Amino acid sequence: MRKVYRMEELDCANCARKMEDAIRKIEGVENVTVNFLTQKMILQAEDSRFESILQQAIKICRRVEPDCRIIL
Amino acid sequence: MKKKEKRVLVRIFAAAILLAVAALLPLEGFWRLLAFVVPYALVGWDVLWHAVRNILHGQVFDENFLMALATVGAFCIGEYPEGVLVMLLYQIGELFQDFAVDRSRRSIASLMDIRPDWANVERDGVLVQVDPEEVAVGDIIVVKAGERIPLDGIVTDGTSTLNTAALTGESLPRTVAPGDAVISGCVNQSGLLHVKVTSEYGDSTVSRILELVENSSARKAKYESFITRFARWYTPVVVIAAVLLGVVPPLFAGNWSDWINRALVFLVVSCPCALVISVPLSFFGGIGGASRQGILVKGGNYLEALAHADTVVFDKTGTLTRGVFHVTAVHPQNAAAEELLEAAALAESYSDHPIARSLREACSCELDNRRVTEVEELSGRGVRAVVDGKTVCAGNQKLMAEYGSECHKCHRVGTLVHVSIDGQYAGHIVISDEVKEDAAQTISQLKELGVKKTVMLTGDAKEVGEDTAQRLGMEEVYTELLPAGKVERVEALLEGKNEKGRLVFVGDGINDAPVLSRADVGIAMGAMGSAAAIEAADIVLMDDKPSKIPLAMRIARKTLRIVRQNIVFALGVKGIVLVLGALGLANMWLAVFADVGVSVIAILNAMRALYAGK
Repeated sequence: MRKVYRMEELDCANCARKMEDAIRKIEGVENVTVNFLTQKMILQAEDSRFESILQQAIKICRRVEPDCRIIL
Repeated sequence: MKKKEKRVLVRIFAAAILLAVAALLPLEGFWRLLAFVVPYALVGWDVLWHAVRNILHGQVFDENFLMALATVGAFCIGEYPEGVLVMLLYQIGELFQDFAVDRSRRSIASLMDIRPDWANVERDGVLVQVDPEEVAVGDIIVVKAGERIPLDGIVTDGTSTLNTAALTGESLPRTVAPGDAVISGCVNQSGLLHVKVTSEYGDSTVSRILELVENSSARKAKYESFITRFARWYTPVVVIAAVLLGVVPPLFAGNWSDWINRALVFLVVSCPCALVISVPLSFFGGIGGASRQGILVKGGNYLEALAHADTVVFDKTGTLTRGVFHVTAVHPQNAAAEELLEAAALAESYSDHPIARSLREACSCELDNRRVTEVEELSGRGVRAVVDGKTVCAGNQKLMAEYGSECHKCHRVGTLVHVSIDGQYAGHIVISDEVKEDAAQTISQLKELGVKKTVMLTGDAKEVGEDTAQRLGMEEVYTELLPAGKVERVEALLEGKNEKGRLVFVGDGINDAPVLSRADVGIAMGAMGSAAAIEAADIVLMDDKPSKIPLAMRIARKTLRIVRQNIVFALGVKGIVLVLGALGLANMWLAVFADVGVSVIAILNAMRALYAGK
């Protein structure tokens, strides 16, 4: 499954890179792009685990940049 | 300016004034410290707060943390004014950076402003505005003058001119009338149009274009992955170097505050932001600028490959030629030219073959079907019919031989239609596919750009293919190829080329998908509204002009040039400041410039990619 999420207050390009790096390491993630310019996350992951992967991704984003929110 | 930015600006001004006051007051000891801590806290409290919070989240090499460490360090060694000033400059730099990024975002967004806001649908006799997503296939939508066409469809009523500039870069308006297909994203300039919707919003041209451009960031160019890898190592390495620099030499030589000062310079330049922002921004700008010209690029990697193209392979029909047949010469014998053409057109008047159509088109007089009787299609040879009581045969050499008419070969290249009237040879008509106006110019421009080899592949006859290739000035031509043969040819060319050069294949997207995917870069043209072509190709040309290919190459090269400039500039400045800092020749102001100043300049430079190709 591939989904696109809008992100708010993603203020730093290096943070976006860090998020992308960390989310890619979650098991079951096929591909992920955190785009600082379009303020969007494109997450592609296994269908069966998608929800839990998404929750982990949200946690990672909060850790890297606490102000940043993923709009579901 | 956003509210948040305004507040930061106020804080910067207030802190600057307080800093000046503190510097002028003749204070000593604790009071002096306090006088500088006030402006410092005012301008930098959010940085400190983020630093603390991120440390708690385990983010050690965070920009805020490094900046906080550097400035607090400056306070610790008694450099109060320096500490405040560095924080002040950092915040100013960040503010500029926000502006620059914001502006870039907006320019890119306005470029991509082809999304329709609503669709007018007639419901119960009243015209209502609905979300384009709610419109179903088969619905009739109304597009008023000045509005953007929200969904792909076919005009059922009304005529108008359409501005397709946002999609194709073509400024000449297109005229549409009932029966014409229109695509979403075009602006209706004059009349009222009723359009029968042919695809849902999600499958419409607009959605596909937007999705394609937005997803382009997922396919990273080599430079982008280099920056990602580099950023992962750069910060930790510089921070560790800073620690070593601040601790090791003074253990032996003493003079702690001087060495710590040098270490702080390292901390300030340890963020790779300039690169992390500007390199993807350059690619995004290049892709955005290209899309404005009707060139859709699916990823930075394709832009990179295109810039290094040294072999360009073209499909012939529909790519270099129009794929529309026209009568190019009439060579009569024993008959007048018009008589010959009219006889042939009438004989073929029941046929729907492109050749028959071109004959009818070329005929200036009114064609009356009633003059034709006993039409017989002779497959693989032509047609025989009785026109005005005379037996007319129109077709190839074989047909002429069958009816005992002697025919002539022609010096012109193209498809020949021989005609005999009542068994007597009347001459022949030459029909050929027209070469596109800009095809020759495309080939010569590609050569100017340093493309070593231009190749034509075609399923057409040998003479026709070779003649076209020669007229266009192409190096190689392979004719009478079946689709599988084209793949083999491209594979042979891929093997034969040198390692660095890239092979580009250009086709019209119809039944050449295997070749498109086999080439380093597959370009599909004339793809307006064709889902299959958009799927198979790496670069999609919205209109069918081959001259967009050299333009795309120029955009790709300019984008890459900007990327390289930014990498060299950012790494160069940071490198120099690191060296000077280690030697004790750079102060922290210079370090702040190397951090945020370089970012701002690199972002502004990256934005030039957006206007590449203008």
